Amino acid sequence: MSNGDNRPDLLDLDTKQETFLDTTEMVLNMGPQHPSTHGVLRVILKLDGEKVLGTECIIGYLHRGVEKIAENRTYTMFNPYVDRMDYVAAVSNGLGYCEAVEKLLAVEAPPRAQYIRVIMTELCRIASHQVWLGTHALDIGALTPVFYAFRDREEILKIFEKYCGARLTTHAFRIGGCIYETYEGFEQDVKNFCTKFLPKLDEYEELLTTNRIWVGRTKGVGILNAEDCIALGVTGPVLRASGVEWDLRKKQPYECYKNFQFDIPTGVNGDTYDRYLVRIQEMRQAVRILQQAIESIPAGPIMAKVPKIIKPAPGEVYHSIEAPKGELGYYIVSDGSTQPYRVRVRPPSFVNLQSLDKMVRGMLVADVVAVIGTLDIVLGEVDR
Amino acid sequence: MLESIKQYLSSNVTPGEAGSMFWATIYVLLITIGVSVAVLAMTWLERKILAHMQIRLGPMRVGPHGLLQPFADALKLLMKEDVIPEGGDKIVFRLAPVIVMMAAFTVFIVVPFGRTAAATDMNIGILFMLGVSSLSVLGIITGGWASNSHYPLMGALRSGAQMVSYEVAMGLAIVSAVLMTSLATGTGTLSMIGIVESQAAQHTWFVFKMFPLGLIAFAVFAIAMIAETNRAPFDLPEAESELVAGFMTEYSGFRWSLFFLAEYTAMLAVSCIAVTLWLGGWLRPFPTWLSGPAWDLAFSLVPGLTFLGLGAMCFVGTVRMPKILQLRAQTIGLAVFGAILFATGLLLFVPGVRERSQDVFWFIAKVAVFQYFYIWYRATFPRYRFDQLMKVGWKVLLPVSLGVLIVTAIVGVRQELWAALSGVTR
Repeated sequence: MSNGDNRPDLLDLDTKQETFLDTTEMVLNMGPQHPSTHGVLRVILKLDGEKVLGTECIIGYLHRGVEKIAENRTYTMFNPYVDRMDYVAAVSNGLGYCEAVEKLLAVEAPPRAQYIRVIMTELCRIASHQVWLGTHALDIGALTPVFYAFRDREEILKIFEKYCGARLTTHAFRIGGCIYETYEGFEQDVKNFCTKFLPKLDEYEELLTTNRIWVGRTKGVGILNAEDCIALGVTGPVLRASGVEWDLRKKQPYECYKNFQFDIPTGVNGDTYDRYLVRIQEMRQAVRILQQAIESIPAGPIMAKVPKIIKPAPGEVYHSIEAPKGELGYYIVSDGSTQPYRVRVRPPSFVNLQSLDKMVRGMLVADVVAVIGTLDIVLGEVDR
Repeated sequence: MLESIKQYLSSNVTPGEAGSMFWATIYVLLITIGVSVAVLAMTWLERKILAHMQIRLGPMRVGPHGLLQPFADALKLLMKEDVIPEGGDKIVFRLAPVIVMMAAFTVFIVVPFGRTAAATDMNIGILFMLGVSSLSVLGIITGGWASNSHYPLMGALRSGAQMVSYEVAMGLAIVSAVLMTSLATGTGTLSMIGIVESQAAQHTWFVFKMFPLGLIAFAVFAIAMIAETNRAPFDLPEAESELVAGFMTEYSGFRWSLFFLAEYTAMLAVSCIAVTLWLGGWLRPFPTWLSGPAWDLAFSLVPGLTFLGLGAMCFVGTVRMPKILQLRAQTIGLAVFGAILFATGLLLFVPGVRERSQDVFWFIAKVAVFQYFYIWYRATFPRYRFDQLMKVGWKVLLPVSLGVLIVTAIVGVRQELWAALSGVTR
């Protein structure tokens, strides 16, 4: 990866002489310190006035070498590191990793553990979408939704905190099951959250869904059709908003997702507004899953029989789950030792970020911000 | 000396009319201090109201309920390093905030806070206000240019385009209000005091005149004035999520605070225009429905009661303060603040003061409502995009205001003709 200093294709300015005054294109360096690049993303924009002629993403400002660290840690020791990748959806990261290793070991978590995992990841999906909603609205200039979203996210974080002690980098799962049994009153807490959250969701929608300015700012902005999505490898709500009904929870069911009734919300136009609607619907579906799971959670052990020292047979495995942001995949190569030979993460944010240039070419500067928001990227996951 | 003061106070003229340099200086000083205090209060209120709309508390630490926060902010800004970007045009960079500031404050010379409470009454008052307030765009553009940086440049250009395009609709809306002044008397006026007196003479505020023409013109102005002052949802020039801080990005410390002060002053100024033109300026509400000496007396008690109410709120807050040692100073401070408000309220009941403070109170109360709306918009609306903003300005507001102007003129002429004809037949 070059560091972005020698980029002749973008930094060479063409001088146009179409008008009687000389006009030149301008290169605007957005980030890495910028209020709405969601962390330390650096986007070089080539502008003609306010119009975007081209973009280039420079990433790596938050690179921590997570994949390399994995090669020097045992399977169990590496588990908490994955929580630091997508830090607003830490539980999903942990789930993906644990399942990948379980696949490698050919063990399966007991039913109760699976239910706890589903409940935690769906709660986490809602929390992640709430962060997205708040920051996305903030980027487009609506100051208030972020506070509403964070107020309700707090309820989820309280459940996480009671369950495993952490609020942000939630380390809840272990290879072969869960670390902790649920606490006293866990089920009631989740039930309360579900009943309280749906009206709150209406509240967010009241502020935005029919707001003329919001619709004007999001409808027709950053259109990505289904073919482009598939060609770019875009997954998650962004793909579904383009009309592709693809959700790993349904298409390649993992854990106990096949036990639950839920719909895959899809969009039509593949624009920012559809992506907004899809994510809002996803929160509703997540509540639906939560309500079913909490009603039918079985009793039993929470850990499968997993050796103390995890030493998978040589081989490789790829396992992916539907994280809040898209397909989160882990490719693990084992050489038969206690440490993985190679771990490669397929982070949804990283892959989805590719589509930025396609979406904003020909749009205005303000749309770049809207599109970065709608892609729902987390730089911790992009850079790893 | 004392005699002359008494004589002036009992007279019914503005210092400009009286030709008194002494009184004019005092008025200008009063207005400057008053506006500055209003801006300080505005920053505190904005933070508190916005915070409460967003389910948080806002400033709570500096002074009781954060009452001293504006002073702390001002102190912080004064002590900050004053950075001038390298390669920037240093003279223009220094000049820009001064231009914006001067433009924002000069406007207040003609604002009639009451029949006599204006520094002067110009016969082109409203034109003067429009002209001077649009000078601030010069400061913004030069400030953005002199910063020698991309974000400020883009912010400045946005701001320039925005202010120029919204001024057109704003001007046309104002003209339709000015047309209304000529209805009863037959001679229109551009004087701010004249406009309010014309509303008094016609026994209605222009916002209700020729329903719904006045209302539409007022609505156009109310939208355009938000754009004119670069406030949400038209705050593109300083769109923090896109352009960091727009034209102010490179400014820091005191110069930045001048821009900030100017923005709030401009908000007050355009609200003053709106109040004067459409909401009857210093006139009290319901002059015709609730007329008669009894109602006059009742309405004259409102200023005092308002302040008593505010004082009572402070006292309630004092009682509700947690009784712990760390908060003792704050509790006492809040009680003292409440006592000051209470005393002001009582003072406003004193007969001599009561009559003279009336006008100013109603004017400020109406302006305050506008300020509240400004904050409310900011908490509610997302931001327009640049092309949408231009579309709203040129394709919606301009045709509407032009249409209202034409229809107002036609209806007005018809009424005049009707009056003249019926006079002839009689």
